[in-house]
Amino acid sequence: MREACAIEVHNLTTTYGGAPVLWDIDFELPAGHIIGIIGPNGSGKTTLLKTIMGLLPASSGYVKIFDKDLEQIRHKISYVPQRESVDWDFPASVFDIVMMGRYRKNNLFKRTNKTDLEIVLQSIEKVGLTKYKDRQIAQLSGGQQQRVFIARALAQKADIYLMDEPFVGVDAATEHSILKLLKEMRDLGKTVLIIHHDLQTVSDYFDYLVLLNTRLIAKGTPQEVLTEENLTNAYGGQLTLLAKVANLIKVNQFPIREKDVDL
Amino acid sequence: MGELWIIITASIVALNAAILGCFLLLRKMAMVGDAISHAVLPGIVVAYYLSGDKTSGLLLLGATLTGVLASFAIDFLSRKAKIQGDASIGITYTFLFAVGMIMISTMMNGNTDIDMECVLYGDISLINLDKIVVDGNLYLGPRAFYIEVIALVIIGFSIGFGFKGFKVLSFNEDYAKALGINTNRWHYALMTLVSLTTVFSFEVVGAVLVVGFLIIPPATAQLFSTKLKQMLFWASVFGILAVIIGYYLAVWMNVSITGAMVTVAGIDFFLVLIIQRLVDRKKRSTTFAAPEFITPTPKNSVE
Repeated sequence: MREACAIEVHNLTTTYGGAPVLWDIDFELPAGHIIGIIGPNGSGKTTLLKTIMGLLPASSGYVKIFDKDLEQIRHKISYVPQRESVDWDFPASVFDIVMMGRYRKNNLFKRTNKTDLEIVLQSIEKVGLTKYKDRQIAQLSGGQQQRVFIARALAQKADIYLMDEPFVGVDAATEHSILKLLKEMRDLGKTVLIIHHDLQTVSDYFDYLVLLNTRLIAKGTPQEVLTEENLTNAYGGQLTLLAKVANLIKVNQFPIREKDVDL
Repeated sequence: MGELWIIITASIVALNAAILGCFLLLRKMAMVGDAISHAVLPGIVVAYYLSGDKTSGLLLLGATLTGVLASFAIDFLSRKAKIQGDASIGITYTFLFAVGMIMISTMMNGNTDIDMECVLYGDISLINLDKIVVDGNLYLGPRAFYIEVIALVIIGFSIGFGFKGFKVLSFNEDYAKALGINTNRWHYALMTLVSLTTVFSFEVVGAVLVVGFLIIPPATAQLFSTKLKQMLFWASVFGILAVIIGYYLAVWMNVSITGAMVTVAGIDFFLVLIIQRLVDRKKRSTTFAAPEFITPTPKNSVE
C-alpha cells in the first residue's frame, strides 16, 4: 500500500523582486514522518515553508495538503516561525503566547473557554514549562523560548507541523527533549516538516529528507539523499564544505557520531 | 470649572492615545503614528473648506480617511514598490503635509479660524469657547470634550472587542496569517483608529504633540510591564499623570499647556528608565553576591 501523501508541492516557483527563490519545486511528502528540509543558506528553505503556509504568494504551481487546498485545511496545519522573527520583549507570559495557539479566525471575538484552557495547560506541560507558565517570555532562555513556540503549535492540535529551524540557539539537552516530543507526535500519526541546518545530525533526526538549493536537488530517505553527488550539487564547490560533505558521507555509512567536528 | 474641563478633555486625549500607542509601539510602528498625524492635514483643510465648521462630523470623517489613505500609501510603497520602510513613511507624510500647507495658504487665506498654528499645536486653553449649551442656558461642557468621549467609546469598544486580534497581530503577524486571520483587515483597523485619534484631538493638542501622547506613555509602561493589559493600564496612568502635572506646571510657569504636558511625559519616561536601571543593578549585585558555585543551579536546566 502506498503511504498517504501529506503535502504535495507541484511545479512551485516563488520569486522575490523578479529573481526566483524557488524554481520548479515538485515533490510529495509522506504522512506520519519527521521530514527534514536541508540546503545551504539562501537556498529557499524558509521561503518554501512560507509558501506552503500561504504567507508568500507562489508565482506558479500549487500546494495541496491532504489533497485539499490550504484554505480548506488550514486548521490542520501548525506553523512554527523562526525564534528570531519575533520580539521576545513583548509583554506577555508563556501562558499568553501558548494561548495564541487556540486563536482562530472565527473565535477572535469570543472569550477562551475551558477546553482551550485545558489544551493550553497540557501543551505547556508537554514541553516542560509548567513551572514557568506565568513568567514573561523575555525572562526565558533561548531553548525555553523555542519550547514556548512548540507548545503554541501543540495547542493548535494540528496534523501537520511546519517548523522553521527549531533547534537554533537550543542547548543539547533541550534539543534532545524537543526531538523526543517530535517522535511522540510522529508515532501519533502527525507529520512534522523541519528546516534544519546542521548536516551532522540529519541522518539521526529525520526519516525523510528534502535537499534544496533553489531547485529540488534530492528527496527520499537519508541514505538516498546524502550521497556525495547530491551534496556537492546542493552545496556547490565551497571548499570548506567539501571536507564536511566527505565527513558526512562517512558518518552516514558508519553510524558513529563525531559531534566535535567544527569547520 | 473651565480648568477642570481642560484637564478632563486632555486626559481623554491621553487615554485614547496611550491605548493605541501601546499597539503601535509593540508593532514597531511608532513612526507610522507620526506620519498619520501629519498626513491628515490636507484632509482637515478640504473638509473644513467644504463644511466651514471646525468640528463638523464631515471634517472629522474626511480627515480620518486621509490618515488611512496615508497608511495605504506607505504600505504600497514599501511592499509593492519595494522602497525601504522608513523612506516610504518619509515620502508619504511630508508630501501630504506639504500639500496641506499649500491648501491652507490658498484656500484658507484670511480665515482666522484655521491656520497652521492651530492644526499643528492645537489650542487647549480655548476649548471652553466652543460650548455645548442646551435650552439657552444649560451648559453641558466644551464641544471638544464630547468629541473626545466619542473617540474614547469607539477606541475602547474596538480594542476591548478585538483584543485577541490586535494582540496576536502585534506579537507575531506571520503566525496570525498562518492561523488564517486576515491581518490586513486588522492592520487597517488599527490605522483607522490611530488616524481617528489624531484627527479628533488635533483641535485640543494639535497634530504634532499627539504623537508624544501616542508614544511616550506606552514606552514608559513598556519598560516594566510583563503583561499587555498591564502595559495598557500603566500607559494610561502615565498619560493622564502627564496631563494633570503638565497643566499645573504650565499655569505656574505661564508656558504652553500642551508643551508642558508632553515635557512631563518625557521626564516621566527618563525617571522610570533610571529607576528601572537602578533596580536592575541592585538585583544583579545581590545575585552575584550569592555563592553560586557552592550550590550549582543551572539556569537553563531541562526538566
